[in-house]
Amino acid sequence: MSELDSLYREVILDHYKNPRGHGVIEGADAEAEGQNPLCGDEVSIAVAFDGDRIADVKFQGRGCAISQASTSMLMDMVKGRTAEEVAAMSREELLDEVGIPLTPVRLKCALLGLGVLKLALHKGRGTPLPGEWAGLDELELK
Amino acid sequence: MAVTAQPRLDAQRIRADFPIFEHPVHGKPLAYLDSAASSQKPRQVLDAMTTFYETSYANIHRGVYDLAERATEAYEAARETVRGFVNAPAAREVVFTRNVTAAMNVVAYGWGLDNLGPGDLVVATELEHHSNFVPWQYIAGRTGAEFAVVPVDAEGELLLDDLDALLARGRPKVVACAAVNNSLGTILPVSRLVEWAHGNGAIAVVDAAQAAPHTALDVQALGADFVGLTAHKLCGPTGIGALWGRAELLEAMSPFELGGHMIRKVTVERTTWNEIPHKFEAGTGAIAEAVGFAAAIDYVTEAGLSAVERHEHELTEYALARLAEIPGVRLFGPPADRRVGIVSFALDGIHPHDVAQIVDAEGVAVRAGHHCNQPLMAKLGVGATTRASFYLYTLPEEIDRLAAGLHSARKLFS
Repeated sequence: MSELDSLYREVILDHYKNPRGHGVIEGADAEAEGQNPLCGDEVSIAVAFDGDRIADVKFQGRGCAISQASTSMLMDMVKGRTAEEVAAMSREELLDEVGIPLTPVRLKCALLGLGVLKLALHKGRGTPLPGEWAGLDELELK
Repeated sequence: MAVTAQPRLDAQRIRADFPIFEHPVHGKPLAYLDSAASSQKPRQVLDAMTTFYETSYANIHRGVYDLAERATEAYEAARETVRGFVNAPAAREVVFTRNVTAAMNVVAYGWGLDNLGPGDLVVATELEHHSNFVPWQYIAGRTGAEFAVVPVDAEGELLLDDLDALLARGRPKVVACAAVNNSLGTILPVSRLVEWAHGNGAIAVVDAAQAAPHTALDVQALGADFVGLTAHKLCGPTGIGALWGRAELLEAMSPFELGGHMIRKVTVERTTWNEIPHKFEAGTGAIAEAVGFAAAIDYVTEAGLSAVERHEHELTEYALARLAEIPGVRLFGPPADRRVGIVSFALDGIHPHDVAQIVDAEGVAVRAGHHCNQPLMAKLGVGATTRASFYLYTLPEEIDRLAAGLHSARKLFS
């Protein structure tokens, strides 16, 4: 089970079971929802700004441990940053934090939250949405 | 169903025909429980295709040399094999297509665009695979016809009593239904749906992708107007399937794909169409795959579909019982006697993707996702399920290994 132990390492399971920043923000400045159509993972993210900086960010969702844990980790990472900084944030930065070996399919799970956050900022703050995330905008956002 | 009268099948002996089982996964023997997505291939099918390529391959239909004639003969013999397999009245009613999705697009575009309009009603069931759902939803939208579904209840049971209420929404023109649902394995009451379709002036379009591998298919007994099936789910290669349609409908229909081979005469001013089935087989087709399709039909027929059915029924009963023992497992779908060898379930607190990944480490291949059944998943109140599906090579001990993997998953997430 060593492969599994590294994939489902303690910190992933902890974030999955006790997600940080889980919830809604009333009157959020930016919001978006997205799905991973391959597996049905769903994430919605709401952001509140204090001036230029992200004062609060919360998510709701359902899906696999990888998608939900990585989104939870992302919430911790982006507080205090500007919309531009998050728009420019590389996927590697999040993946380093997630820190587990991922197959291409599971990579989509791990990056769902980051894509939805970038989409929220694009819609709410007009920051650029890199091409790789543009497809999210075409999904039916519930 | 007189189960006792059905012959038995020797799954261990059958497994020896499938080279894939000689190759371990993660150091463990492969327990392949994803046959509803695609089946594995026996050596007989692989050999038939290789031999065809090595001895008889050329492009078909127009060559006058010996090799082209032999290739054409093999291709048309495959069509005849498919005809026999589904008991179609004539081989010219059998159109080779890429798969069932392609077959349904041939009907939706070829028949739908010419015959649907405002005031018309297209009915699909909520148990449809997207292959017999999305084309109709789209073509209904394009033509201004109404698109409606026969709903299922929260258990995934089709609400047939709601059928007549649909008549208020338009003139029924098409009823699209699967013979067997791919997520839950539910055997649909196709005869009743076909009868309702015909009683109300509609054509019946049946997706037999999941039915054909497991139960004898008789398009004449079924009474439908179009039936689609695919090779790769019944031990055959990918890239080849078949659409059976009533000759009079196929003849009256517009072609869907246009270009090579599907023509009779081309001038700068206009083009006329080839006779059926060639009108619907534009371009060079999957020739060796057709040969493989026929070999697969021969293989499954030799094993005996009634024996396959019995084997799967026993596995399904066993799997439902084993999985029900596991705390936190929610099983979806009907009792074993109303389904084929497909078992969909959820494990409390663990997403299907995680379940599939954890059991994969034990060499157990199951599918996690919406299985191209998103409307059904919504009705069941889940985004996805984990699905184990069985075929003639599946062994009960593989279900034991799945059960053990589910216990591991629960431990890991506890």
